[in-house]
Amino acid sequence: MTDVTTMDQSRDAEFGDYFALLKPRVMSLVIFTAAVGLFVAPVHVHPVLAFASILFIAIGAGASGALNMWWDADIDLVMKRTQGRPVPSGRVTADDAKMLGLWLSVIAVAMLGLTANFLAAGLLAFTIFFYAVVYSMWLKRATPQNIVIGGAAGAFPPMIGWAVATGGVSIESILMFGLIFMWTPPHFWALALFMNDDYTKAGVPMLPVTHGKRETRKQILIYSVLLAPVGLILAFTPIGGPVFFAVSAVLNILFLKGAYGLYRRVEDNAEADKYAAERKFFRLSLYYLFLHFVGLLVESGLRAASIDWAFWPQWGL
Amino acid sequence: MAITKDHELHVRRRKRNLWVGLMLVSFVALVFGITVAKMSDGEMMEAFDHSLRPSLVEGSE
Repeated sequence: MTDVTTMDQSRDAEFGDYFALLKPRVMSLVIFTAAVGLFVAPVHVHPVLAFASILFIAIGAGASGALNMWWDADIDLVMKRTQGRPVPSGRVTADDAKMLGLWLSVIAVAMLGLTANFLAAGLLAFTIFFYAVVYSMWLKRATPQNIVIGGAAGAFPPMIGWAVATGGVSIESILMFGLIFMWTPPHFWALALFMNDDYTKAGVPMLPVTHGKRETRKQILIYSVLLAPVGLILAFTPIGGPVFFAVSAVLNILFLKGAYGLYRRVEDNAEADKYAAERKFFRLSLYYLFLHFVGLLVESGLRAASIDWAFWPQWGL
Repeated sequence: MAITKDHELHVRRRKRNLWVGLMLVSFVALVFGITVAKMSDGEMMEAFDHSLRPSLVEGSE
């Protein structure tokens, strides 16, 4: 994103440009959460099949990223954060992005169906549809609720991973979905608070643009309060445990404290320190999600080492 | 060595083609790996092909 220049349209795209269309940074989060969903499931999956399944989930997510870059090329050109992407900078044509996205979607869904099962493939197909069509085409430019509903797309990967292993959907995978789903609005609204100018310029109706920053701060607090119980309930399912509960409790206290701090902040103070608290809260939100899933991995590792917590009340057993 | 100098564009194109080739080869290897993994997990190797296969009928063995 540093070497932003308008480039000659006739220049041949390099392999790396096509790779950039798949949004590798979003992909890494998808790979991580899908892998956690797969590994914490109580069913053993052959390592080759687990690797291939996660790869196809990642390719599917990348494909929806390419479709998003095809559809949003006009917005991306206006926003500073996205100007360097392959389509707005002219290295890849919008049509190429579309075709790459469509074909990779087909390949990823078909191969996941053959490698794992057709429930997982169906969930992947729905995720791609949800991100590329429901979020990018319908919601993003139409409503400030865009990321609330669109957040579902990012929340599906652990559920797909779980479906790869178990062939089903259960309370554990629904709660993992819920954790990401409820986390998405405060995460993106914190970003929107200090990236507001970009969204205003591009005409994307983010909450601070349509309802003001005061309302955004209130909504961040509301969603943070609603988010807190999800992780704590997850601690009492068969994939949770006391370690996960402790991690979740600490993270939730920090998150609520941060959200309340943002709620209490006066806009003048925020502008004076260039949104330092908002940036800090945004960083905290990344750790929040990452450490919750690390916590699930730790619990699964403890179970594999036959350390089980007899005293721990477990829901559904 | 060719007597004409490659245009820079051809050099870049060759690099891209090599990457695509590499991706295709690794895809083939991956599908083969999946097949081996599934068979070693004891998965069914036969499927319906319009003729009677007693091994596909449950409880026939």
